[in-house]
Amino acid sequence: MSRIAGLFARKNPVFIGFTVAGDPGIGASSGVAKTMIDAGVDLLEVAVPYSDPVADGPVIERAHVRALRAGTTPDDAFALVREVRGYAPALPVVLFTYYNIVHRRGPERFFSEAAAAGADGVLIVDLPVEESGEVAPYAARHGIDRIALIAPTTSPERQHAILSGASGFVYLISLEGVTGERDRLSSGIAGLVGAVREKTDLPLAVGFGVSRPEHVAAVAAAGANGVIVGSALVRLIEEHSSDETGMHEALATAIIALRGGLVPQSRT
Amino acid sequence: MKAGRYGIYGGQYVPETLMSALIELEETYARVLADPEFSRRLSWYLHEYAGRETALTFCENLSRDLGCRVYLKREDLLHGGAHKLNNTLGQALMAKFMGKRRLIAETGAGQHGVATAIAGAALGLPVEVYMGEVDTRRQALNVFRMELLGARVVPVASGTRTLKDAINAAMRDWVANLRDTHYLLGSCVGPHPFPRIVRDFQSVIGEEARRQVLEREGRLPDTVVACVGGGSNAIGIFYPFVNDDVALVGVEAGGEGLDTDRHGASLSRGSVGVFQGALSYLLQDADGQALETHSVAAGLDHPSVGPEHAMLKDSGRVRYEAVTDAEALAAFRYLSRTEGIIPALESAHAVAYALRAAEDLDKDGILVVNLSGRGDKDVADVANLHGGAA
Repeated sequence: MSRIAGLFARKNPVFIGFTVAGDPGIGASSGVAKTMIDAGVDLLEVAVPYSDPVADGPVIERAHVRALRAGTTPDDAFALVREVRGYAPALPVVLFTYYNIVHRRGPERFFSEAAAAGADGVLIVDLPVEESGEVAPYAARHGIDRIALIAPTTSPERQHAILSGASGFVYLISLEGVTGERDRLSSGIAGLVGAVREKTDLPLAVGFGVSRPEHVAAVAAAGANGVIVGSALVRLIEEHSSDETGMHEALATAIIALRGGLVPQSRT
Repeated sequence: MKAGRYGIYGGQYVPETLMSALIELEETYARVLADPEFSRRLSWYLHEYAGRETALTFCENLSRDLGCRVYLKREDLLHGGAHKLNNTLGQALMAKFMGKRRLIAETGAGQHGVATAIAGAALGLPVEVYMGEVDTRRQALNVFRMELLGARVVPVASGTRTLKDAINAAMRDWVANLRDTHYLLGSCVGPHPFPRIVRDFQSVIGEEARRQVLEREGRLPDTVVACVGGGSNAIGIFYPFVNDDVALVGVEAGGEGLDTDRHGASLSRGSVGVFQGALSYLLQDADGQALETHSVAAGLDHPSVGPEHAMLKDSGRVRYEAVTDAEALAAFRYLSRTEGIIPALESAHAVAYALRAAEDLDKDGILVVNLSGRGDKDVADVANLHGGAA
């Protein structure tokens, strides 16, 4: 059983944390990852920094900019994955990337390096199912799960097409918009979780806009198997740019509080 | 060839959230193409409002100077002062047919933003224009023009704070407001079906030019020249000539020279990559990060280019050349003095190349240059570059 499947089999729902490799610096990034893991992140999403992250809101975009200014390359992102793999051998890691990073290396090399670093899944945020044939064989060859995205605007027909190539877990986008914190969570989450649940046995994780313990609770109550928090954590890195100790404390405190929103449920 | 592909190029490399909007756009576009009411209304706006058809001017002084027969396709005479309005009227009308209630657009130099503001005002749709913060300062007059036309200009402070970041910001807005908003993309770039839609709405340039030159000369031209940033004016004039025995030349921004890292020549110096939704040529580093570009002409200052141009480059059907800032500035002054026509700095790149291309033509050779816009917007900048002296 893969690390991702194993995690969802023994824990439900799970807490997924997001960080941009190289934020706030190449060296500091691994400390951030370790703090997140120590504070209770069940699965880590590591973003490869990219110059034009159009799916992301301002908070995560600024993290991409910080990482690139620090000189972070895809090699550094792979190195971070390798470090996390050593630190937490059982913890699943998903690489979150924009497609040009993959295209530039060539999908064969990208997936081979991702696998060698110890990544369990790859999520290519701007590679819809229509274009995903370009990477599918390499993901399969290297045993990497292809994490698929489903949006509130995805039609039922597209949901079927997307799910037929998905593995690991399915990332449900909670809202129409980019990543970023919101005061309130979209009211349509339960409907989306229910609609996709009918079509797949894969675990369903909800992200985009999830930034408070009550959001986490709402996602869990909607029947999701996982909740993904990005901007709310990334913002803490930005806010504590000159105070590393404070940053680690703030991250740990936030993760513990957010995790508190999770109520264990039996897997249906 | 797969739908939405130009050879291997094009495609739809966008977040899942945008796919439903692209599918809706594709369906609406097919519907309006077949709708006589749409054609009738667009034709009315183009002729009665925008001032089509534009002249194909035989330039006597230029022809005498260059030793061949030189025509300018006068998109500078279109309402708004550039070819951009062909596309914005088409897409704004399409948005009306789709029942959208709001237009958003990106702009670099401000020309597409102004053209969108014009189309929005004419068709009664509110307009918001995303513009890099750096560009809002460089092009303060165009910001005022857009506001005068009733549009709201949103300065974009992320990334390099220029055109590519304005596109990113507009895409983010669109993702969040798909149901009531149409993203009026200004060039033949981005995900399918945008490159096709923009090409079709701009093809009126080439259709007219082809007919006009046949009427005037009784034959097709030897060479057609246009500048290429994203490539919309070029694809517009090239497309109706693609199956003819006519040399087509696209002119990119050579900036401070192709051997420096200060240019915008994605076809001449870029490599294949995915950028803002499409596979095309891209100025990128070894890891796939888009590079900063440079051109004296803001409209050519962009790291990528429309996917159809990428295909036309590979097939050899269109030749792509580059002209430096200095050559473009010289052509800007030359055309102003020789013909009394001040070209946009973008269009001045095409004029500059025409000066070179003319060497290969004899006195009966026919050269058509797409004068994509007028240069009033650039006059202040050029004055500054020359210390105030004309």
